[in-house]
Amino acid sequence: MAETVSLKPGAARVATAGTPGEPWGRKPRRTLSGRNIMLYGTLLVAALYYLLPLYVMVVTSMKGMPEIRLGNIFSPPVEVTFEPWAKAWATACTGLNCDGLSRGFWNSVRITVPSTLISILVASVNGYALANWKFKGADLFFTILIIGAFIPYQVMIYPIVIVLREMGIYGTLTGLIIVHTIFGMPILTLLFRNYFSSLPEELFKAARIDGAGFWQIYFRIMLPMSLPIFVVAMILQITGIWNDFLFGVVFTRPEYYPMTVQLNNIVNSVQGVKEYNVNMAATLLTGAVPLIVYFVSGRLFVRGIAAGAVKG
Amino acid sequence: MTGQAHTGRPSKLLRNLSSKIASIPMMLTAVVIFLGGTIWTVVYSFTNSKLLPRAKFVGLDQYERLWDAPRWIVSIQNLAIYGFFTLVFSLVMGFLLAALMDQKIRFENTFRTIFLYPFALSFIVTGLVWQWILNPEFGVQSVVRSLGWTSFTFDPLYNADIVIYGVLIAGLWQGTGLVMCLLLAGLRGIDEDIWKAARVDGIPMWKTYLFIVIPMMRPVFITTLVIIASGIVKVYDLVVAQTSGGPGIASEVPAKYVYDYMFQAQNLGQGFAASTMMLITVAIIIIPWAYLEFGGRKRG
Repeated sequence: MAETVSLKPGAARVATAGTPGEPWGRKPRRTLSGRNIMLYGTLLVAALYYLLPLYVMVVTSMKGMPEIRLGNIFSPPVEVTFEPWAKAWATACTGLNCDGLSRGFWNSVRITVPSTLISILVASVNGYALANWKFKGADLFFTILIIGAFIPYQVMIYPIVIVLREMGIYGTLTGLIIVHTIFGMPILTLLFRNYFSSLPEELFKAARIDGAGFWQIYFRIMLPMSLPIFVVAMILQITGIWNDFLFGVVFTRPEYYPMTVQLNNIVNSVQGVKEYNVNMAATLLTGAVPLIVYFVSGRLFVRGIAAGAVKG
Repeated sequence: MTGQAHTGRPSKLLRNLSSKIASIPMMLTAVVIFLGGTIWTVVYSFTNSKLLPRAKFVGLDQYERLWDAPRWIVSIQNLAIYGFFTLVFSLVMGFLLAALMDQKIRFENTFRTIFLYPFALSFIVTGLVWQWILNPEFGVQSVVRSLGWTSFTFDPLYNADIVIYGVLIAGLWQGTGLVMCLLLAGLRGIDEDIWKAARVDGIPMWKTYLFIVIPMMRPVFITTLVIIASGIVKVYDLVVAQTSGGPGIASEVPAKYVYDYMFQAQNLGQGFAASTMMLITVAIIIIPWAYLEFGGRKRG
């Protein structure tokens, strides 16, 4: 990696600071220069700050309560136990229910999977219509949508409660799925609109000349050509919906609470003795899904948030 | 762009019909939920709705009550402190990390993965981890004390004066990775020739960053700023998980005020008024930005 990089002219910008005009080539190996010590030292300290909480979570979740009371939170477990994990998953209590986080986990799965699929389907069609089949007034709706992305959710929550109540689906999973589709729409529509606009227009025109219609072009040409952006959208939605707390607590009944809400109820419940190891195991379990998505997806995750964050 | 695709259809309304039908969800969301919902909330913030929304208008009563409520004042102060320090620290730390990452370092991907992973975690998870680390009985405070410094005190979550800084630490941990990533993308977008020219002129690196690169990255900074700021206004789950607004009301934030009044205190009017204030806050941030961003150029 370092070798290939240093062949590019741009590498000179750091490697040869102070000696302009030096011929390109392999960098002199001065691994212990003061600059490098500063550079990597700072990065390592920062990396420690970021890794520390994850480490603390892991070690705490593997200790027994007596060991937690005696030792300090940074020390590795003397006696590794997975009891807290089992308890967090299967028997931790929220109020009267003592069936652990597993219920929340399955609720979250039942929320996240359909919400991700439906929101992406709806938003990709929107983006496609905006990019290739723009009708009069389409941009107005799109502008409202994008401005809406900045409006605090609290402003729109109650009207949605009323609408869902009128439809008879307030408190159900269906209602929550609709809410996720609505609030995922601005960012995803933007993502897909920009992506479809960047595809060569000739493709679209050729398909039109061949007589293909709106849906035919979408399913036969756009969809197969855009798999990477669909993956990016999926990463964005899976992590976003899994991590949601506010909509879960507002729009569902307790038996449908997603994992985040249940986790908060378990850890912050006032009754009983605090079992920190169980709490940390539960926290890790809840964070596991987005973390796995993150570590598996790697660069695509970065691309997703960059696409989501920086408007194209 | 390709609006001319469908010409020669008889009726204007029927033209491009599939596209219009396909856009119905978007139109409904934009008009009914985003526009309609917002207007509805603002209108009903002038009523004395309690358990159910009722169109009995009472003028600015709810707003007067709101600004008389100590809890709301604390919420606003907390948001101001949290917001100010989040902006400053996440921009400074994010930029420093991005600049370090941009030095053609080894293991760049590893470092990036480490700095960004908290962003994949929810605020609930973030809040609960830091609640544990900052726990005075077992966490940082007790560890430092056990090292021999017995009078060491660091219990932000139990001290009403500094609790919001405890929340800030957690928020920064979660969010700076994103800022780093955005700014790094901005740094990578700077033309290499700029660096060469600066080096030829013998300008030291820190000066190049400060006076050439950062001004050139203005658009990236503004976008980042808007993203951080709109995230700050929404801060809710982090506080719920980490402190539940306590001790007392010391770490309350506006978004929590809204939720509690709408869904727990059953005082909808207060909730609507508070959420309208949040909307105004966001508008103050967004409108100048939108004006700068889109006002100069052609709309679109």
